[in-house]
Amino acid sequence: MLYTLTAHDLSEKLKSREISAAELTKAQLDRIAKAEPEVESLLTVTAEEAIKKAEEVDKKLARGEAVSPLAGIPMAIKDNISTKDVRTTCASKMLYNYVPPYNATVAERLFAADAIMIGKANMDEFAMGSSTENSYFKKTKNPRNTAHVPGGSSGGSAAAVAADEAVFALGSDTGGSIRQPASFCGVVGMKPTYGLVSRYGLIAFASSLDQIGPITKDVRDCATVLSVISGKDAKDSTSLSSDVPDYLGALTGECKGMRIGIPKEYFSDAVDPDVRRAVLDAAKAYEAMGACLVECTLPMLDYALETYYLISSAEASSNLARYDGVRYGFRAEGCKDLEELFLRTRSEGFGQEVKRRIMLGTFVLSSGYYDAYYKKAQKTRTLICRDFARVFENVDCILTPTSPCTAWKFGEKSADPVQMYLADICTVSVNIAGLPALSMPCGTDAAGLPIGVQLIGGRLRDDVILRAAYALEQNGKGGR
Amino acid sequence: MKYETVIGLEVHAELATKTKIYCSCENSFGGDTNTRCCPVCIGLPGALPVLNRTVVDYGIKAGLAMHCRIASYCKQDRKNYFYPDLPKAYQISQFDLPLCEEGFVEIDTDAGMKNIGITRIHIEEDAGKLLHAEGANFSLVDYNRGGVPLIEIVSEPDMRSPEEAMAFLEAIKSTLQAIGVSDCKMQEGSLRCDINVSVRPEGQKEFGVRSECKNVNSFHAAVRAIRFERDRQIAILEAGGTVEQETRRWDDAKGESFLMRSKEEAQDYRYFPEPDLAPIYVDAAWVESLRETLPELPQEKKKRYVTDYGLPKYDAGLLGASLGLSKLFEETVAQGAAPKAASNWLLGEISKILNETMLDAEAIPFGGEALAELIAMIESGTISGTIAKQVLPEMFEGKKGAKQIVEEKGLSQISDEGAIVDMIKEVLAQNEAAVADFRAGKEKAIGFLTGQVMRASKGKANPGVIQTKLREALEALR
Repeated sequence: MLYTLTAHDLSEKLKSREISAAELTKAQLDRIAKAEPEVESLLTVTAEEAIKKAEEVDKKLARGEAVSPLAGIPMAIKDNISTKDVRTTCASKMLYNYVPPYNATVAERLFAADAIMIGKANMDEFAMGSSTENSYFKKTKNPRNTAHVPGGSSGGSAAAVAADEAVFALGSDTGGSIRQPASFCGVVGMKPTYGLVSRYGLIAFASSLDQIGPITKDVRDCATVLSVISGKDAKDSTSLSSDVPDYLGALTGECKGMRIGIPKEYFSDAVDPDVRRAVLDAAKAYEAMGACLVECTLPMLDYALETYYLISSAEASSNLARYDGVRYGFRAEGCKDLEELFLRTRSEGFGQEVKRRIMLGTFVLSSGYYDAYYKKAQKTRTLICRDFARVFENVDCILTPTSPCTAWKFGEKSADPVQMYLADICTVSVNIAGLPALSMPCGTDAAGLPIGVQLIGGRLRDDVILRAAYALEQNGKGGR
Repeated sequence: MKYETVIGLEVHAELATKTKIYCSCENSFGGDTNTRCCPVCIGLPGALPVLNRTVVDYGIKAGLAMHCRIASYCKQDRKNYFYPDLPKAYQISQFDLPLCEEGFVEIDTDAGMKNIGITRIHIEEDAGKLLHAEGANFSLVDYNRGGVPLIEIVSEPDMRSPEEAMAFLEAIKSTLQAIGVSDCKMQEGSLRCDINVSVRPEGQKEFGVRSECKNVNSFHAAVRAIRFERDRQIAILEAGGTVEQETRRWDDAKGESFLMRSKEEAQDYRYFPEPDLAPIYVDAAWVESLRETLPELPQEKKKRYVTDYGLPKYDAGLLGASLGLSKLFEETVAQGAAPKAASNWLLGEISKILNETMLDAEAIPFGGEALAELIAMIESGTISGTIAKQVLPEMFEGKKGAKQIVEEKGLSQISDEGAIVDMIKEVLAQNEAAVADFRAGKEKAIGFLTGQVMRASKGKANPGVIQTKLREALEALR
């Protein structure tokens, strides 16, 4: 079936004219029609636009114009990434009717590369959550077992790729929101180095942590998508001006001599035994391929979760303040005055989890508490960065589980937000330090649910983790 | 009891950059509502700010002109509060690390020169504007002003009277205009200020409790607001009460301020570093390259005009404060005109016309050469001062020089003694009563008769010649 193939396989077929882009897009839309009632990964399906765009790509192919490796490839974009004239909701009632008048830079770059958007993916409201259960609109199911959550917050993106509803997808990762759902759904997901991919048009959750990245069926596709979306953007002051390396060139299949750090803090008893076993198996596979395993320690990990929730909530409280009912989106009806408009719009427009974090963030920035919480969290952030920098003096990348557990059942952790927050323990420190990290499948648990291994790289060494991931994939791990 | 007033000011000046502070929308005044807006300056979800480097340039120039220390490292912060004119619900400003610190501005007071300390100057973005329709139960918002760059200049509490505050504001205005970073048009709201006032018994060292007064939109409003606040606080103290720390709102139409919020209701802005923007690093080379572009400042000009041209301090101060007038003054003097004569024309008749026509001095359509020509014609006796005042408005039309106007209109002064003697004869014949008065010893009558001769000549007769010849004629009649 066409829709099961990777982007690089499909690209070959398109370029050789074995298939047309319109054919592929129609096959993809048929697949969506079949899978979507069960999986519910998409909030908007842009069928008409997709077919139109595919026909344009076919014309280009017919004229023999040089086309990018993503030309004609159907993709899904997380619904917190602005797409011109296409509703972008952040899975929130607050933006249920919001249609951006502009494209995010990543969307612009993918469109310029002739990738075909088939829809916008479901997510936890404003990317806050680890199960996509916080969507205002629908509950996305894990395609591997629909009784289980797909992970979050990019649960729609990961499920869409896992269910073959899209060849690849974009997600956003603030504390693990690409990697954890990729892990739960058994696909590849990558959070690039902070600043490598432009955030312009990404609806902010926590500006200093957010980063857009690919969710794909294999490592090669991940490298391809990253090549297209990364690089300096004058519209994002935090985007880095360094040259984009050749990510595809990094995929040698080799990892001989690579030094891989195994931090003991990530393999505690809190990690599910099946997960620990599968991840350590991946480490052994590396050793067998000639890589060198290095035991290391990241003691500041103990403070990562608290640091993450303080900083991300503080920034979120400010980033989400603009949703006041004045200019766009949801507005409470029948308000008598300005204060009531603000109060009721925000009370009625945001879900529970979003309100919880806005309150937490507002509190930690308040005068009298700023030093004890926000400022202290910033200091801890510096210490966590140093922890990683020290370890990266001796290793090329770090190997850990992506999540301490596999996908849980719906409602299992919804009652206790702290239980839900703990699921982020393996991923948040990477965002705090701004490092690149990738999750790829490395086996399944007793119930047959996917397990992900996380590879963390040094700053701007996105190529190193892609190389390591590709080697492991070639070794028979990963894939589906 | 006698009280001393202590005043500190926070001045907001819009910077005259081509584009806004964080996007490429045009920075200008007027036009249709919501036409100079983009995803960035209306704070659409996902849009990000990118700092306009010229804003930093202008901030540094203002800092240098006010003798500030320029920070080698500073950052921008978010000031969080809800209001419909603030589309992101936070203003990007600077909190604990401003661009400029610890400067001063020189002002003239009755007791001589005085330095008013500048605590800090920081850069920030302006908000939009609410439009209230008469009788409507809603308001509209115009975001054209949103994202217009501002500098906020915060003074030390160094002023002791409304007059000193006025002098400080004039100094800020003339300095910002001189260095070309702001046009400081009060009527367009490009200069606004908040006023901090406290009073204390004369001789007391500690400051009294201060109040802050917002919504002050002109220099005159500032003076009135300070006086009102001073009197209000003194009245409280005299009645045995205590002044509360509070924020008040000035109503210029009513000439009163009203309580906005008390200390307990003070807003918590939850400042934190703006994560969407990188810190600003300013190296010495950047500062020096801007220092080189600074023109002569108004205070320096003033001193030079006193020393080099012998102008009175008052004249020198007024000329020095205005870019347009000082430029014209120097051009005129360079063409050979007497400095005091040039100053008198610029500060007298020319300023009067500017006020009447609401024009800026920069808009004067003629140069120093033309003004020097006019002055030279008075000096040479070609025209009288009275005639010159008639010539000037036509010079403002910008088409003709002084000489041409005088020639075309035949305004040259009549110095021909024969013609003047004829006119005198006629006047004396028609004014027998005045002639009789003169002969009876009333010297005053000669003034009246002079006026009559001048009138007969349509103002063109040389006043000196009239004087001599009239007296001769009268003496002959005695």
